[in-house]
Amino acid sequence: MSGGTRLENANPVIFQRSGERLLTASDEDEDVHDPIDDREIFDLIRSINDPEHPLSLEELNVVEQIRVKVNDAESTVGIEFTPTIPHCSMATLIGLSIKVKLLRSLPDRFKIDVHITPGTHASEEAVNKQLADKERVAAALENSSLLEVVNQCLTSRSI
Amino acid sequence: MKEALTLVQRLNAHPDSRCWFVSWSPTGTLLASCGGDKAIRIWGREGDSWICKSVLEDGHQRTVRKVAWSPCGNYLASASFDATTCIWKKKNDGFESLTVLEGHENEVKCVAWAPSGNLLATCSRDKSVWVWEVDEEDDYECVTVVNSHTQDVKHVVWHPAQELLASASYDNNICIYKEEDDDWECRATLQGHTSTVWSLSFDGSGQRLASCSDDRTVKIWKEYPSESGQDLSWKCVCTLSGYHGRTVYDIAWCPLTGALATACGDDAVRVFKEDETADPDQPVFSLAAQAAKAHNQDVNCVAWNPKEPGILASCSDNGEIAIWRFQEED
Repeated sequence: MSGGTRLENANPVIFQRSGERLLTASDEDEDVHDPIDDREIFDLIRSINDPEHPLSLEELNVVEQIRVKVNDAESTVGIEFTPTIPHCSMATLIGLSIKVKLLRSLPDRFKIDVHITPGTHASEEAVNKQLADKERVAAALENSSLLEVVNQCLTSRSI
Repeated sequence: MKEALTLVQRLNAHPDSRCWFVSWSPTGTLLASCGGDKAIRIWGREGDSWICKSVLEDGHQRTVRKVAWSPCGNYLASASFDATTCIWKKKNDGFESLTVLEGHENEVKCVAWAPSGNLLATCSRDKSVWVWEVDEEDDYECVTVVNSHTQDVKHVVWHPAQELLASASYDNNICIYKEEDDDWECRATLQGHTSTVWSLSFDGSGQRLASCSDDRTVKIWKEYPSESGQDLSWKCVCTLSGYHGRTVYDIAWCPLTGALATACGDDAVRVFKEDETADPDQPVFSLAAQAAKAHNQDVNCVAWNPKEPGILASCSDNGEIAIWRFQEED
């Protein structure tokens, strides 16, 4: 994606990465049922690569823990993501990568909703509608070149 | 008197894949299913249980989104994300691929046969609806391409008796088409839903049409005598809101009992019944029964058996089919 063409957002603001999750005694106790929490979901998506920069979505502040809402009992996950610029053409691809990561990581019972943070993108409504349409998401994921780009975003970098 | 939905059988129809759609043969003896595994399976009853009679593979390169039986029951059409529609002919105990209809630019989302069996409609992500004519030699010819929608067309359905076609789209609208001098034209655009319209179903008489949407509502539309004499006049006479927790992916209006079933992204199958004493211009529907966890993932399709009143099939993202009996309890 960054193959020599002009970057859409040449100088993004870079944010500090959060620390590792602190384990509590009950986390390690196999007999205690731990519901899936916001931090756990955030950990699944924070290292997703930006399609354009060698940076994670967390470092670009595209995803934040406060914009993750999970309800384990109702099996719902809601994610809001914030494109770095209001005309970002990668918004759908970023949202799709978040969705695919969660579809692959979470139990099938979860309903996963991925939206743009309200007011942060010019085509917010169109991108949200596209991401919510599971038929179009399914068709997109059968497209091998698109799937390859998504998989690149989901590959963890070795730094 | 209370109605209930009871489970008859659960079938692991498309393992490790989605089951997108199910369709009953006109005699109600066979059920065809299709899914993300690119296969079509034909189910039949043996004794008390439903078993897989045949598997139709190698017809498509990608997901099979929907299937439809011809009115005579001898042909099956399958619409695929590979941009083609396959026509299968029943032969002895199995099916053979007869022809492949090409032309759509991308994913074919739905296919439907006209009641005469001489016409077939397909629709696609490419925003168009195509009408195909079938001749005695099993040759298919595209007679019309209509571009009335501005977005992805999700569903097409024919009127139960007339050559009248309806389509539903990602552009939130429903279009109704009629033939005019050898050309199919959109004669009415039904506006009202605030998001994608996923599916449509006519009632037994064909005077009303039910639609379901991503806006989590169901709407009932009724045909009125046209004022101008030109365009057809369809008006929304009822909106069912507050019942569905997520997108409503499919709707089926039973021609035998008048019961209205919905398939929802909240995993539930619901059945609504009409209050027969209400004003026909302001019909009232109430929830008669629901299976809240009909499947453990999204329900994609509901289909009433055309001959056995109250037998309903549903299918889900988890690859399963469920067969239900809807009946009044004492």
